[in-house]
Amino acid sequence: MSADTKQNLITQNTITIDGQEIPFQAGQTIMDAALAAGVYIPHLCHRQGLTPHGSCKLCVVDIASRSASSHNSNRRLQAKFAVDADSRSASACTMPAVAGQQISNNTPALNEVRKTITQMLFIEGNHICPSCEKCGDCTLQAMAYHLGMLDGHFPQFFQHREVDASHPTIMLDRDRCILCELCVRASREVDGKNVFAIAGRGINAHLVVNSASGKLVDSDLETSDMAAHICPVGAILIKEHGYEVPIGQRTFDLHQVSEIGLEKIILTKARQPDE
Amino acid sequence: MEQNAGPSSDIDSQSNLRRIAIDPISRVEGHGKITLLLDADNHIHEARFHIVEFRGFEKFIQGRPYWEVPFIVQRLCGICPVSHQLAAAKAVDQLVGVERLTPTAEKLRRLLHFGQTLQSHALHFFHLSSPDLLFGFGSEPAQRNIVGVLEKYPDLALKGVKLRKYGQQIIAAISGKRIHGTATVPGGMNKPLAVAERDALLADIKNILAWSQDAVALNEQIHTSHPEHYRFATIRSNFLSVVGSGGELELYHGGLRARSATGAMIFDQFDYRGFQDILREEVRPWSYMKFPYLVELGKERGWYRVGPLARVNNCDFISTPLAEAARKHFREFGRGGFVQDTLAYHWARMIEALHCAESIQALLHDPDITGTDLAADLGEKRSAGIGVIEAPRGTLFHHYQIDEQGLIVKANLIVSTTSNNQAMNESVRSVANEYLEGHEITEGLLNHLEVAVRAYDPCLSCATHALGKMPLQVELLDADGKLLDRLAKGSNGVIERTV
Repeated sequence: MSADTKQNLITQNTITIDGQEIPFQAGQTIMDAALAAGVYIPHLCHRQGLTPHGSCKLCVVDIASRSASSHNSNRRLQAKFAVDADSRSASACTMPAVAGQQISNNTPALNEVRKTITQMLFIEGNHICPSCEKCGDCTLQAMAYHLGMLDGHFPQFFQHREVDASHPTIMLDRDRCILCELCVRASREVDGKNVFAIAGRGINAHLVVNSASGKLVDSDLETSDMAAHICPVGAILIKEHGYEVPIGQRTFDLHQVSEIGLEKIILTKARQPDE
Repeated sequence: MEQNAGPSSDIDSQSNLRRIAIDPISRVEGHGKITLLLDADNHIHEARFHIVEFRGFEKFIQGRPYWEVPFIVQRLCGICPVSHQLAAAKAVDQLVGVERLTPTAEKLRRLLHFGQTLQSHALHFFHLSSPDLLFGFGSEPAQRNIVGVLEKYPDLALKGVKLRKYGQQIIAAISGKRIHGTATVPGGMNKPLAVAERDALLADIKNILAWSQDAVALNEQIHTSHPEHYRFATIRSNFLSVVGSGGELELYHGGLRARSATGAMIFDQFDYRGFQDILREEVRPWSYMKFPYLVELGKERGWYRVGPLARVNNCDFISTPLAEAARKHFREFGRGGFVQDTLAYHWARMIEALHCAESIQALLHDPDITGTDLAADLGEKRSAGIGVIEAPRGTLFHHYQIDEQGLIVKANLIVSTTSNNQAMNESVRSVANEYLEGHEITEGLLNHLEVAVRAYDPCLSCATHALGKMPLQVELLDADGKLLDRLAKGSNGVIERTV
């Protein structure tokens, strides 16, 4: 094989993120390839092993386009955040890696957009970190710190969604739900159940329970289920527990949200008391 | 004109009364508001100390799970959050059927609370009240703050700052943060005290003891050498406090004791879980703050004072030797009776700070304090829990009811300031009677009213605002509501007459 052919093969199986060449395998998304190479792309709804969902949009990256005129739909956003007009934006968790992609990820403009998205997630729910049992273990809170978010910026919605404490051991606080669907997918794909779903559209979207009464107590959710522990915020909680890990020893006292593989550590810690 | 109610509900109907309103410039920043009602002879008929901020904690914790409550309600205050966390935790212990904590957990909670009381008392006296007492009530406002004390009395001010810092170090060691940490879990604590943490605290304790003794001596000297302090804002009241089983001063857990102004026992060693049988709260429409009273004495005579003055008067002894010696001196000043001087709150406060320092030293030497057995076995669930503790400003009641799912359905918090509500009104009336001259609102009156309120409580935003630059607007109105005079003091400390 000639040197030129070898070089072509390598190029065909790599993408470039922020100037770093990253290999990928056929079928991998940009997120899969990045995480496998130890490159962090901010995300809330992605979890390795679960079907990508693309709902939180924090993992949006810019992919350089071959044609400068190929997209005009995001002009206003681009003007506001100075995004490269000659690129297209896509969710890294759902966009397949394609050989030769030139991807921008950790840029001030993209991180500004991510911060704005995070601010919107905060103000759409009631995320009262100071008294939440997930404080210090919450990925949304950690993301806010990671992105340098200092306030909610937008007016608070002050949502009032139903708390479901009917289950003997698991509680659902919908005001903290960020609609990431991790619980929906974990229940369906790992637990082999179908406990959760998102109902409603737009601002009315909310987490529902697939039971005759709509209550958790009438579902087949158990504390041993992954769905009971996978929530990245404080929406699904094990009842009568909280604040047991002292300040200084909580997940994000010890780790950065950008550490690759952190989700596994969080999930293991969360499930430990019940396993 | 405001509507009137309560015991003096007929005031507005009396045409020969005038009203002086000391209004806040804005509710948003949070200030106190004082209204003085004059009679035809220019005497203060009634003083109303309004709390214009609505907190609403009792309402918005409804529907929240009980295990969250200690960490929601501690946000009531940035000076004494530990007291709220512990009072709620004691109530939660009852909800989960825990009668007794492990020795280590109880001692850690006590240590935490002694640290809390020490830092709060140091803040109250040194940072917020010492400028009034050292420079004089009417002294230059630009100097009358902790920075002024640091410039003129650097040694004293630094001791105060370090006393507070030490109390906060204890809080941080146990709860993870100096303010708004997490320490309690149902039936226990979430973290042992490491030996290294214990040793670090022990390294400073001798200084803390010495400085606390100095603070007691200073307060005794200030109070006894200023006869004008004896009667300033002074009223005769009943006293309520928690005492230990032997009648000793007790800040964490004990029975309720109430005594009349003459010292007669109203009740003693009363189990606080039945507090609703002995205490009622009256609502008056002009204030968000309720008016508690002792049922046995009724609404008119049943008001009482809580806090350091009440505790040091009410107890039979203090279990630590240095504070006990100081208490005896204090009681001798009362010549056999209670010390009712409102400004003696500060003296009693420093006696308690000394007791905290001594108790902290003893606990740090107790081998249990570094134990690791932190959680008691949970018992049978209950639907109601009542936690009572002696917070720095006085007896603090937390009462919660939960449903079968563990969600709060009802909450009632009687905070120390509420218990002192009527007493503060009475003290304000006393000061206004003495310092109001004719129809003119003077800067002196403003300053003196601040000093009276601060003797009880630095927690009101009006009392803490910008270190003594309390924004106030004072209005003098005649019986028809016509404005006669208005004096406004902005948050920059500048006073303007705007009529």
